[in-house]
Amino acid sequence: MSRRLFNFNGGVKPPYNKEASLGEAIADFFAVAPMPAEFVIPLHQSVGGPPHPLVKAGETVKKGQLIGGPDGNVSSAVHASTSGRVKAVEMRLMPHTSGLSALCVVIEPDGKDEWIDHAPVPWRSMSPGEVRDALRDAGVVGLGGAVFPSHLKVNPGKQGHLDTLVINGAECEPFITCDDMQMRQRPDGIIKGAAILRDLTQAKQVLIGIEDNKPEAVAIMRAAVDRLQAERIEIVAVPTRYPAGGAKQLIRVLTGIEVAHGKRSTDYGVQCFNTGTAHAIHDALELGRPMISRILTVAGNVDRPRNFEVRFGTPMNDVVALCGARPDSDRYIMGGPMMGYRMPAETVPVVKATNCILVGSKAMFPPPPPEMPCIRCGECAKACPSDLAPFELFWFSRAKIFGKAQEYHLFDCIECGCCAYVCPANIPLVDYYRFAKSEIWARENEKSAADTARERYEFRLAREERDKLEKAARLAAKAAETKAKLAEQQADSAAKKDLIAAAAARVADAENKTNAS
Amino acid sequence: MISALLVMALGAVILGAALGYAAVRFRVEGDPLVEKIDGILPQTQCGQCGFPGCRPYAEAIARGEADINQCPPGGEEGIKKLADLLGREAKPLSGEHGIEKAKSVAVIVENLCIGCTLCIQACPVDAIVGAAKQMHTVIATQCTGCELCLEPCPVDCIVMEPIAESVESWKWQYPVFEIARRSA
Repeated sequence: MSRRLFNFNGGVKPPYNKEASLGEAIADFFAVAPMPAEFVIPLHQSVGGPPHPLVKAGETVKKGQLIGGPDGNVSSAVHASTSGRVKAVEMRLMPHTSGLSALCVVIEPDGKDEWIDHAPVPWRSMSPGEVRDALRDAGVVGLGGAVFPSHLKVNPGKQGHLDTLVINGAECEPFITCDDMQMRQRPDGIIKGAAILRDLTQAKQVLIGIEDNKPEAVAIMRAAVDRLQAERIEIVAVPTRYPAGGAKQLIRVLTGIEVAHGKRSTDYGVQCFNTGTAHAIHDALELGRPMISRILTVAGNVDRPRNFEVRFGTPMNDVVALCGARPDSDRYIMGGPMMGYRMPAETVPVVKATNCILVGSKAMFPPPPPEMPCIRCGECAKACPSDLAPFELFWFSRAKIFGKAQEYHLFDCIECGCCAYVCPANIPLVDYYRFAKSEIWARENEKSAADTARERYEFRLAREERDKLEKAARLAAKAAETKAKLAEQQADSAAKKDLIAAAAARVADAENKTNAS
Repeated sequence: MISALLVMALGAVILGAALGYAAVRFRVEGDPLVEKIDGILPQTQCGQCGFPGCRPYAEAIARGEADINQCPPGGEEGIKKLADLLGREAKPLSGEHGIEKAKSVAVIVENLCIGCTLCIQACPVDAIVGAAKQMHTVIATQCTGCELCLEPCPVDCIVMEPIAESVESWKWQYPVFEIARRSA
């Protein structure tokens, strides 16, 4: 069984540091830790519109109860992580680098952890649209880190079926082992989820790509495919190279298809889901369980790195407490060392995007050496897995020439950090790209707001003009009417005068006649 | 000699005809400069520039009757863009037209509103809904922050609230790194 694999350009081989957290099985946080005092569940946990709160302070909720309703189609629902009482619906610090707050539902657990009534979804007898709605209402989003609502991706595309469904178990980011452990311990759910996705997207083949530094996971997943007799599903070991777990990179490696700028993988008949997402889709449809927890890795500057299944809303420091953070720890990073974000506080909640809590210290992440001038050596271009010219993007982002940066396809950058990793001048390239991207987004938002304002202003002017014309027309019509009436009256009175004159004449005639006779 | 003249004359006629055709066929409707200037202006429609809206101001700039530094909501960046477009020197915002403020939206204090509809008539972008003797409210996403509704309100129940930064609107900062001091 040998499949021809392809290669993506660039990439790096950072130290993986994965072994430490692979020693112990996934622990259910509820089984090994005391109940947190409160669950802070942010309503906005996925790409798309923020869900609106469906509960009020004081209400009791059950585990799995809908607490945030999706806002339109590009949005995803949010559920209560455990049973208890809603303490508040208020602004709380988000697990986001900005250190800003957003609307969260705060639940005080009652300790019973009681499920709401739930039943499997009869997805085989439902229309594709109904299945998508079910996934949206179950809050299923991509667990690889991008948290894109999965229901929008469960789509066979224009041609009515997919050629290849890629299930992404590459997990290329250092330190993170949550997908690896899930594949080792819960392969059946992933394979069954992949089979559901295969049927929903009518995919001709399903390729589960796993980096070859996880031989145990590959063997266990292969055994599971054989045991479950899953059709058209193949486990493929792919060469270990960061970022092989990027969707476009993995698609390239497995199928040889290079997704062009401005295109989507579905245009080529390919779609990609994370292994954890496949498992969550299985849970949502076959068991009727909404997404209320995920597996995450705690690693870095801790004594006992491990994977946990954690409910959303659990404070990060409660989870880290189980692993023994070393005294010099001074920061939490959500995600890995390459693409992760620094957290504003240790108490921020675990959310759907939290695949890893990387505990860091000054010794582990020394302050970056001073940035030196770019000498255009081109190392970054060699390392870029998206085939961009990072040094050009850097120039234009630094000089704030955003139009040019976009011309060089800034938005095709996946922020993998390979360019900054190899840069001999220690330039924090990704920071510049993130800055440029958020500036461009802000400008585009401003521009569209200005366009709307212009449109509404012009409409108002046109409406006022129209009103004026209509009023003038109405007045003119009325004036004409009055004039006609007046004329009629005048005509009437003239006729009357004539009659009177005639009568007077007759009277005069008669008088004359009588006088004469 | 004559043939040379004829060839040149013929060339002139052909080129002239081509230019004449192009002038009719690809005629530009309206003044493209006004469109470009209008595209830079923030469309607040606040009238602080002294013209009754962004487009009249754009037209005045295009005619050379107004300076480029009269738009406070556009701010310094807007002036810079206008200067780039028109090939002029950028200059600071003229003080008599106002100062650059943080972007804000109008909010009607609802228990004070008497339902007089004066603000509805003043709003240049129809961003206030309500009816006579009914409470009015501002559609925050459509409000440009022009402040034109403040003046007509007889009970002063409209306040301007700066737009708070949210997780969605937050921007990554320009990377600033300390320059390592050279040890002597």
